[in-house]
Amino acid sequence: MKELSVNHLLGIKYINRNDINLILETADQFKEVINRPIKKVPSLRDITIANIFFENSTRTKLSFELAQKRLSADVMSFSSAQSSVKKGETLIDTVNNILAMKVDMVVMRHSSPGAAHFLSQHVKASIVNAGDGAHEHPTQALLDSYTIREKLGEVAGKKVVIVGDILHSRVALSNIFALQMQGAEVKVCGPKTLIPQYINSLGVTYEPNLIKALEWCDVANMLRVQNERLDVSYFPNTREYTQQFGLTNEILNNLNKEIVVMHPGPINRGVEITSDVADGNHSVILDQVENGVAVRMAVIYLLASKIQN
Amino acid sequence: MSQKILLNTKEVNIILHRLACQLIEKHLDFSNTILIGIQPRGTFLAKRLTEILKEEYKISDLKLGLLDITFFRDDFRRTEKPFEANQTQIDFLVEDKNVVFIDDVLYTGRSIRAALTAIQSFGRPKSIELLTLIDRRFSRDLPIQPDYRGRQVDAINNEKVLVKWKEKDGEDAVYIEVKS
Repeated sequence: MKELSVNHLLGIKYINRNDINLILETADQFKEVINRPIKKVPSLRDITIANIFFENSTRTKLSFELAQKRLSADVMSFSSAQSSVKKGETLIDTVNNILAMKVDMVVMRHSSPGAAHFLSQHVKASIVNAGDGAHEHPTQALLDSYTIREKLGEVAGKKVVIVGDILHSRVALSNIFALQMQGAEVKVCGPKTLIPQYINSLGVTYEPNLIKALEWCDVANMLRVQNERLDVSYFPNTREYTQQFGLTNEILNNLNKEIVVMHPGPINRGVEITSDVADGNHSVILDQVENGVAVRMAVIYLLASKIQN
Repeated sequence: MSQKILLNTKEVNIILHRLACQLIEKHLDFSNTILIGIQPRGTFLAKRLTEILKEEYKISDLKLGLLDITFFRDDFRRTEKPFEANQTQIDFLVEDKNVVFIDDVLYTGRSIRAALTAIQSFGRPKSIELLTLIDRRFSRDLPIQPDYRGRQVDAINNEKVLVKWKEKDGEDAVYIEVKS
């Protein structure tokens, strides 16, 4: 019998390849479950989970909530906008107050990198990182790997290009770790100003030309331009970004190969990706969303099995 | 640890044919019947019985599903080891069908309890029966009994019944293993 090597999911860099395989294999079973007429299993009926989101989220929050409900866990969700955090309470105090209500697991999104790691060292609960600043977003990387595996058979040996704002992207970092751990090759593409200076130290190469990057890859992961994180001007304007790094049907049709197009959402239609690509045959964006529930069920199930009864 | 043989290949084969005949006696042409092998080890027995029914008794319209009960177990987080899930493969609704659960050993009855809950995800069956190759008598935790049984065994708690299948373990046989 296999189990995860960790008690928390704080980031891909804290887990190993066996953990990733176990999560993806378990997700296969959950994907079957969520396609049944009755999509619910009673495994986690004695587990209570708090979702605390200090940053906005639609997809991730709903996906986590649904995954927890499909596993029969008791769920409470909380957004910082309506909370005492605004009144000056510290993170540890907030979470310890929630844990005093007998909560077993915390899923947290926070704007500070390392927030989940910090929490895991100070409170007694299993922590799942749902995004911490520009650091990691492990479940997104896992569901991206799951989707690649589903579409292309396996991740090992595949070539993946991540396009866009790599500098501020937790999705990019988690994906780089996860893909490399499974034996895929990764390139990044985007405006030079949005590429971390030492990206080579991660074993990733930079390709400034979108067409060349696409000709090379099997999978293109198009990231959103995160305007809310851009404190200074990193590129002249959105129109110029789109002209250089926007993915259109014309570009896809001119490639001499078929590639898979991914996007972690939310999409800025007409900026990094046009509507016809997002809704077209190459796109697996909605598969990613469906797989997200199965993968998060697997993560929560496997972590819950390690909570002391 | 010592092992003694309970059923050899020939005996297993005879029992499989008898169980197949008993199923036919009750379900005739199987038009409204679904066989469900319980993962992991019940699936070998289920596939073997399906083969016999198809090839030797010419029953063509036979539906076989495989059900994994991992997520429905009542001992999640109560045992040392985590459970590994297996594939569930039920490509049809069981609404109003006569379902036959097939498992290799019936011991505490807890797996079957979980299977009874799990199958509800696929509809409301008309009836559910249980077929088991080995029925370990006097060891039930729950009021669950088989409708078809291969062999009844009085094994005590430090004994383990091992069912071996040719396709997995190289031979068809049943052993009793005594932990010393």
